[in-house]
Amino acid sequence: MKITLSNFSGIPIYEQIKEQIKAQILSGALTEGEKLPSLRELARDLRISVLTTTRAYTDLEQEGYIATIQGKGCYVLGESSELLKEQLLREMEQGLISAIKASRAAGLDISEVHKTLDYFNKEESND
Amino acid sequence: MTDAIVLSNVSKSYLDFSLSDISFSLPKGYIMGFIGPNGAGKTTTIKLILNMIKRSGGRINVFGLDNQKDETEIKLHTGVVFDSHYFFEEWTVKEVGQVMALFFSNWQPALFERQVQQHQLPLNKKVSQLSKGMQLKLMLACALSHDARLLILDEPTSGLDPVAREELLELLTNFIQDGERSVLFSTHITSDLERIADFITFIHEGRLIYTGTKDDFVSAFRLVKGGLEDLSPEVKRDLISFRTHSSGFEGLIHAEKIGLYPNLFAEDATIDNIIVYTYKGSKTHESNH
Repeated sequence: MKITLSNFSGIPIYEQIKEQIKAQILSGALTEGEKLPSLRELARDLRISVLTTTRAYTDLEQEGYIATIQGKGCYVLGESSELLKEQLLREMEQGLISAIKASRAAGLDISEVHKTLDYFNKEESND
Repeated sequence: MTDAIVLSNVSKSYLDFSLSDISFSLPKGYIMGFIGPNGAGKTTTIKLILNMIKRSGGRINVFGLDNQKDETEIKLHTGVVFDSHYFFEEWTVKEVGQVMALFFSNWQPALFERQVQQHQLPLNKKVSQLSKGMQLKLMLACALSHDARLLILDEPTSGLDPVAREELLELLTNFIQDGERSVLFSTHITSDLERIADFITFIHEGRLIYTGTKDDFVSAFRLVKGGLEDLSPEVKRDLISFRTHSSGFEGLIHAEKIGLYPNLFAEDATIDNIIVYTYKGSKTHESNH
């Protein structure tokens, strides 16, 4: 796990931790079942408050990215997590809704949106 | 028992100063920063907790025990560091260890030796010959050689260089690793606190201004800046206090009020900003009366 905190970004520290762990889980850099440092270890290593790491982990847990097993530690749940799947599903739906809104504002027919979706799908899978 | 320290409506009256109605609690496993300008009553509060002076009213519990009735039991598990040392100047480092062993039935000589080695304290030098940083390390070594579950530090970082301060922060974060041990840490060098403190208690002129999490404390305020023409009577009224200069002003405002002034530039306030402008605000209000 890699975490780089900035004191000048204007983004709260707990948010920075949360987003970086999330990104590493989604990119596969952190894999399912991998153990994360404990709240207190992470706070010590980053020289930040335990309450800050607690907040980051609690959010990640609620969003289905990690799980805490009492007395054992925090683990990455990974893509098989139902919660995470739901979270990703919601993100996809939000993206589609804004795409539809934008296409309506531009006066495009829904078939154009379908075509564009297929086009980008092909492009992405070619990468 | 989940709180290391609980103060309930504690007061202490002197002729020229009084501490009134101070209540706060430090949950075990966490670090609390205790802040306020000089003369706010921080040291008085710490001395009350340690029963070095008698309170005029209220209740103080440490580890769930009464701090007067169970003083001996509490002291066995409490490590204390003051801004200046409490040893005899003529004692050597080695003798300090021997004397401490007489005071603490749970003193562990091996632990003390390890601390002394780790901090490279010269065993045969007298306390008076040690630098300020070394004297602090000696106090810490003593505090950590008798199974302390609570560390109370009064202005430990004043007079320390950045390297020594960093070492102290590392030591404190290590100290709370098991979730059972706690730290109360009074300081006016708030950049140290900005990082590691979980809770903040802020007192001013013997009164409690805030106690709670550091994150809530910092996010309750915003620092606003603007040109002099932005400083309308409404803005002036809503600012806790401000200062003006030739090209504009800077002031502190409660975060919930910032929405009223979308045109003002606002940024996160530091703990220092909050202390300075709160202090200034209380002075202005006094002179208005």
